Amino acid sequence: MNDLRELYQEVIFDHNRHPRNFGKLEGATHEADGYNPLCGDRLHLYLKLDNDKRVERVTFEGEGCAISTASASLLTEALQGRLEADARILLQDVVAMATGNAVDTDTLGKLSVLSGVQEFPARVKCATLAWHTLESALDQNGDAVTTE
Amino acid sequence: MQAGTVPLVAATDYLASGAIKADFPILQQQVQGKPLVYLDSGASSQKPQVVIDAMTDYYRRDHSNVHRGVHTLSQRATLAYERARQKVADFINAPSSSDVVFVRGTTEAINLVTNTYGVSQLQAGDEVLITALEHHANIVPWQMVCERTGAQLRVLPINDRGELQLDRLDTLLTSRTRIVAVAHISNALGTVNPVAEIIARAHAKGAVVLVDGAQSILHTGIDVQAMDCDFFCFSGHKVYGPTGIGALYGRQSLLQQMPPWQGGGDMIRVVTFEKTTYADPPLRFEAGTPDIAEAIGLGAALDYLSAIGLDKIATHEKTLLDYATRQLNAVPGLRIIGTAAHKAAVISFLLEGIHPHDLGTILDAEGVAIRAGHHCAMPVMQYFSIPATARASFGLYNTKADIDALVAALHKARELFGL
Repeated sequence: MNDLRELYQEVIFDHNRHPRNFGKLEGATHEADGYNPLCGDRLHLYLKLDNDKRVERVTFEGEGCAISTASASLLTEALQGRLEADARILLQDVVAMATGNAVDTDTLGKLSVLSGVQEFPARVKCATLAWHTLESALDQNGDAVTTE
Repeated sequence: MQAGTVPLVAATDYLASGAIKADFPILQQQVQGKPLVYLDSGASSQKPQVVIDAMTDYYRRDHSNVHRGVHTLSQRATLAYERARQKVADFINAPSSSDVVFVRGTTEAINLVTNTYGVSQLQAGDEVLITALEHHANIVPWQMVCERTGAQLRVLPINDRGELQLDRLDTLLTSRTRIVAVAHISNALGTVNPVAEIIARAHAKGAVVLVDGAQSILHTGIDVQAMDCDFFCFSGHKVYGPTGIGALYGRQSLLQQMPPWQGGGDMIRVVTFEKTTYADPPLRFEAGTPDIAEAIGLGAALDYLSAIGLDKIATHEKTLLDYATRQLNAVPGLRIIGTAAHKAAVISFLLEGIHPHDLGTILDAEGVAIRAGHHCAMPVMQYFSIPATARASFGLYNTKADIDALVAALHKARELFGL
């Protein structure tokens, strides 16, 4: 059960039950769909970047397991006020952590709770879904919205 | 009790007590420090030692290529392979073993039918009727052949209990309906479909019927003649046999009409650069060296089941289904998806507040193996407006104690989630 408690920490439960920044974002500059066909996790990420390419606002909609929901919720908290370039570095760090690399709690802060997924390879995709969706959203320009 | 033998007396007790688990080496292990409770036979069943032995013995003693040699080993191999074909024919009461084509599995069987019978028979404006319960294997090949031929795909809907809306059948069976394809038992919901009735009504309208028997072959006796289906297919790995083997039964008159599928050796009569002629069924549809050891393994699995008795297995599984349904319904917040009047030992469910995916992980930590997801039946999930379910599917080696372990694990999951 120990590994399980590492995976399902209180922070995960909290963000699953009360996802932060949940809902549609009017005036989003970047959007993307994320979908895990194997398990049915799906989410839609909305971003509003200002002229300095700083994240003014980020929200998400969708339904999925506790890991994917918490990960998306934590993402929206972590991204607030960050520059796009920093967001991209953060997303790489999170994906690296989920796939088994060492956890740097200084850079990752609260996001380090997602490291529990290292012992559950089948759930890595749940943790990284929101972050791959973020990458997809950032890779678009401000006008066109394409979905994966 | 010697592994691999079944006592003549009280086979039902042997099942109820779980003593039969001793025949299955894989069930002896621990998972995450807990005894393995395998509730995923609907995805793939486990193999008794006799099946494993049949395959390794074949490689140890009898292996050579089939159908072509004159030396002793090749004759032994051919005999063993064709004997396995006869076992399949006997198991499903096919008129002759020449009605049985060995394939890789149900998916390949359906693709074989769509790419030979389908492609040669369907014209623009014709209709193919499937149901809303189908596994993707009995949807996608039909979509593909309809796109290729210009035929139309129609779908018989289900109701909230997960039963086919049979009152819509006569409307959907039109003068243009050429083929009906239907699952015998739904893998996602456990619904047992009244295939004999569907076949009778389809035949009255001049349509042929393919029955997907992937989920029924292990739960109930199959009699293709009584059923009067035109095609019946199943996978070996779901009926306690190896992966990589399955069978397609076809009415001989239809098989005779069907053009060949894959080209190569064994499916020919004479090859010249001017013209090649093809073999009769079933070999017409078996190009290249077949999965010989796997066919033999499948034969051994069917022998094993016949020795126990399909009727005894069905009785045992009915007890399990009733017990599990009662126990699961008593778990707070649990909702069973698929409540058909006639069900096989398959239960899909949702637990309020816990996504099936999380449930699967937590149950795994308790040694309980269930499946969580869409079960290759996305349209079924769409109908119920859910992304996924948790599914417990039972095999002959499951017991009430296994169900108790499942329920205990569900309570643990609720506790972990603070529900």
